[in-house]
Amino acid sequence: MKLVFQRTVGLQEKETHYCPGCTHGIIHRLVGEALEELDILEDTVGVASVGCSVLSYEYFNCDMTQAAHGRAPAVATGIKRVLPNNRIVFTYQGDGDLASIGMAEIIHAAARGEHITVIFVNNATYGMTGGQMAPTTLIGQKTATTPLGRNEQTQGAPIRVSEMLATLDSVAYIERVSTHNIANILKAKKAIKKAFRYQKEQVGFSFVEVLSTCPTNWGLDPEESLQWVEDNMVPYYPLGVKKDRGVTTNVT
Amino acid sequence: MAKVLMKGNEVIAEAAIQSGCKYFFGYPITPQSELVAYMAKRLPEVDGLFLQAESEIAAINMVYGAASAGVRVMTSSSSPGFSLKQEGISFLAGAELPAVLVNIARGGPGLGNIQPAQSDYFQVTKGGGHGDYYTPVLAPSTLQEVVELTQVAFYLADKYRTPVILLGDGMLGQMMEPVEFASIDFTEAFPKKDWATTGTRGDGPPRVISSLELNDVNLENHNKKLQAKYSEIKCQEVRVDSYLADDADYFVVAYGTVSRIAKNAIDAARQKGIKIGMIRPITLWPFPEQAFIERKDKAKGYLVVEMSAGQMVEDVRLAVNGTAPVTFFGRTGGVIPSHLEIYDAIMNVAGGELV
Ligand SMILES: Cc1ncc(C[n+]2csc(CCOP(=O)(O)OP(=O)(O)O)c2C)c(N)n1
Ligand code: SF4
Repeated sequence: MKLVFQRTVGLQEKETHYCPGCTHGIIHRLVGEALEELDILEDTVGVASVGCSVLSYEYFNCDMTQAAHGRAPAVATGIKRVLPNNRIVFTYQGDGDLASIGMAEIIHAAARGEHITVIFVNNATYGMTGGQMAPTTLIGQKTATTPLGRNEQTQGAPIRVSEMLATLDSVAYIERVSTHNIANILKAKKAIKKAFRYQKEQVGFSFVEVLSTCPTNWGLDPEESLQWVEDNMVPYYPLGVKKDRGVTTNVT
Repeated sequence: MAKVLMKGNEVIAEAAIQSGCKYFFGYPITPQSELVAYMAKRLPEVDGLFLQAESEIAAINMVYGAASAGVRVMTSSSSPGFSLKQEGISFLAGAELPAVLVNIARGGPGLGNIQPAQSDYFQVTKGGGHGDYYTPVLAPSTLQEVVELTQVAFYLADKYRTPVILLGDGMLGQMMEPVEFASIDFTEAFPKKDWATTGTRGDGPPRVISSLELNDVNLENHNKKLQAKYSEIKCQEVRVDSYLADDADYFVVAYGTVSRIAKNAIDAARQKGIKIGMIRPITLWPFPEQAFIERKDKAKGYLVVEMSAGQMVEDVRLAVNGTAPVTFFGRTGGVIPSHLEIYDAIMNVAGGELV
């Protein structure tokens, strides 16, 4: 018999707490696989942030440090800067964590060109605290704190974090991917792996934004949620590479 | 080693480096900016790393990251900046990470001014951030003492896996004095940092640094463990100095720079025949309660002198526990009390002895 699929050693053998249909689990798996395939699990320190993925330190099969809400890029900076060059440091952050309370930390880590990898999970809402508005919530999207739908006049426009960070000179690689269907999951895998490879090869700051679902707070079933990503999120958050410095530059 | 004339902020920085601190994350704020600049210049010379963070919040979280990777690390700031660090200090305490945090305090509240003050006493000794925690707080009064206490700060941080605060004020940071960099030999071996997250490298299962515990009973147990540690620190690590205290009936209680001014006032009062001495807490937490309990049958009164509206006076009152009157004299807003003012305050408290 040919073995075609098995669990990744990048993740611990533990059941996750994510809601049914939530794509946090898929993104975990992609990160775990990338770490396994690049053979860097034992060199890696992950930084868990605050949000639904706060317990990710229980799932990734590598050393993990838990950071305060939004501060993961600063914590990762501290870790990366004091460890030998061959260590890999990543953060795993939601949109509330990264784009709201932690906006300064992510911009400055990117601006410094920290040699870290950021996995940015954008589900257009605050999942853990019960579906409030995030900086990424779409115009018209109803959330616990925008009961009439997000209104640009009063709540401003959603932030395209990847595009914004891509304007910074010191950034090596930024790509936006999605997990709403198989084809996109495969692309997401490639991007995540590339991001870690860039860190391993010391190209610089790498960042993957992953469009993700929150069926529980969107009030949709898992399948409708995937469709909602395709119909509503992808048009506003176009997928693709936003910046790629390439492996040949700045490799030391 | 020969004595060198140096500025207080630079003495702290050099003492930290000589204590084995190779990593510093900071953000400029007067009156401690020379510390940041000194680190920027010196750390690369010793193969260390200086990084200017984008904010105090980022700096303390970089410290959190570096400490979780097992290195000796420091940050420094002054009052408004130290307020911003409180979130991270609570996380350091919760995750039991060792780090040394310097507060060269200035006048507040708010943006206040850049003059020396002692009005951050509550903030540094009572937790400051959220949750049940304490941090050891060391308060040097001379630059020579800075050399010693900076080393003690790193020692305590590593020994107890805790953030430790070195508290000075703008006067201490800005003054120049001759100092000698003598290193202390802490005879105990430091506990191995096998908990640090550095990449497992085949060294057993993954490690986790976290202050999160969703289960209430487990978190209570973690809190009990922290409290047991704080009890041990209270038993083992109290530091206190005294001046002319052996035959004294009255005591000035003061810490840090203002204690030096108070000494002049005490000398003047002694010349008038007043039997007055000084108790100078060096650790503000743990507070040297025993120094007051020991004197409960003899002390006729205490005068607490602070550059604040009266903060340490509360701890003195608790320690004295009604066995003698406790009076307070303080100046706020960055005003440095003169020794004449303190002398007058002494006379108000103890002057009756004269007649
Ligand atoms: C300082 C601070 N403020 C607020 C919170 C509460 N909080 C926890 S998770 C969260 C939102 C997280 O949302 P996001 O980052 O989008 O992650 P998700 O839950 O959607 O995966 C908030 C506001 C907190 N833990 N700490
Ligand atoms: S609340 Fe939303 S983001 Fe959080 S686990 Fe559930 S579905 Fe996922």
